[in-house]
Amino acid sequence: MGSASLIILLIAGVVFAAGGIAVARLLVKGTKNGQKGQAYECGIPTAGTPWNQFNVGYYLYALIFLIFDVELVFMYPWAVAVRKIGLAGLVEIMIFLFFLFMGLLYAHKKGALKWM
Amino acid sequence: MLSIENITHSIDAWLNSAFNPTVALLLEYLIVGLFAISLFAILGLVLVLMERKVSAYMQVRLGPNRVGPGGSLQTVADTLKLAMKEGLTPDGADKFLFNLAPYVVIAVAMMILAPIAFAKGTQLWDLNIGVLYITAVSSLSVIGILMAGWASNNKYSLLGAMRSGAQIVSYELSAGLSVISIVVLTGSLRISDIIASQQDGWWLFKGHVPAFIAFIIFIIAITAETNRAPFDLAEAESELTAGFHTEYSGMKFALFFLAEYVNIFIVCGIAATLFLGGWMPLHIGHWTAFNHVMDYIPSSLWFLGKIFTLIFVIMWFRWTFPRLRIDQLLNLEWKYLLPISIVNLLLITLIAIEGWHF
Repeated sequence: MGSASLIILLIAGVVFAAGGIAVARLLVKGTKNGQKGQAYECGIPTAGTPWNQFNVGYYLYALIFLIFDVELVFMYPWAVAVRKIGLAGLVEIMIFLFFLFMGLLYAHKKGALKWM
Repeated sequence: MLSIENITHSIDAWLNSAFNPTVALLLEYLIVGLFAISLFAILGLVLVLMERKVSAYMQVRLGPNRVGPGGSLQTVADTLKLAMKEGLTPDGADKFLFNLAPYVVIAVAMMILAPIAFAKGTQLWDLNIGVLYITAVSSLSVIGILMAGWASNNKYSLLGAMRSGAQIVSYELSAGLSVISIVVLTGSLRISDIIASQQDGWWLFKGHVPAFIAFIIFIIAITAETNRAPFDLAEAESELTAGFHTEYSGMKFALFFLAEYVNIFIVCGIAATLFLGGWMPLHIGHWTAFNHVMDYIPSSLWFLGKIFTLIFVIMWFRWTFPRLRIDQLLNLEWKYLLPISIVNLLLITLIAIEGWHF
């Protein structure tokens, strides 16, 4: 069917979601009052905004992820070709992975993998 | 023999004879779109019911048994109830992103369907980088989750979304390495090539112990990527109420819920394609008689059977393992699964190069 299927599926997904929401909007007569729009928490009024600082750990993990994800993308063409290249391909990827692994060890040593 | 391939071919032939080619093509597009939508709806209904029934029987109770025969219409009733609920947008929320997020999650789940082979010759687009496409598109769903959590103006939502993001990106690595180990064995990224390479046995059995380890790592990784227990701390009920979709109600909540279950179906489909031969029946080497008997079971049944077995295993996890803490979760990935899967990949490469697999 070819690349047209992507567009069809995208449209189907949007239609599916929009259809559901539209049906609900037709069926429901909403009411409005001041309490309804408040953030869901324990019952007492919310203090402060959630849009402020949060744990830096997420950022560190995202950084390490980025390094390894680029490595992963690099490995796809390698994986397709490695059977034709033979042992040389294996040795080369071992050298490549060794350096990356050193990076992971460095991050570990620096305490980036420790949750605080 | 009646198979999905023959049915689609006859529909195609009939449409082309009855209308001019352009109209026939447009009608086919429409049929595909409608099929995708109804697949989503049916999957949602079936999987939610299955989840409730499985968890009920694991806890020695009956589960839903009032609506319809044996409770089979329970999810239909639930969907109707959700459709009658008001879809609220909280006051301080980023309205645009808040309303966009369900669309992103659903559209991404829908688009992963393109290269998946549901039965012999039943595949929307057999593109030459099928596996890469699946990995690329499936990693987009985290954007929808982060969007939902960020836009909700709720601390629970934000925390849930951040956890979910950290978890999904982390476990993507070992899932990706497991996928790559199958690509090494097959030498192709095309889904149909991967399935054809399992004609004389599934990779789970052909690839010795390393393929088995890759399979187990993949199952762990997809459980984490779909935010399922024991990795469900993105929506840990007891601490975050519902995680990133705390503020969603009515149909928008239903869409998130549906996307979660459809994603389980899709990732189990990918696992079945890569390790269990997709629609390929169970073939053992040169046992011709055995292989012929297995061929009598339709390929679509094989595929669905494998998927639902894997889904059952993932539902089983939920009632077996206690939830992990976030630091334990990240430790498991970065200190155990990632090194293990890298070493495992090297072993598989050695097996593939030396031709030691069966």
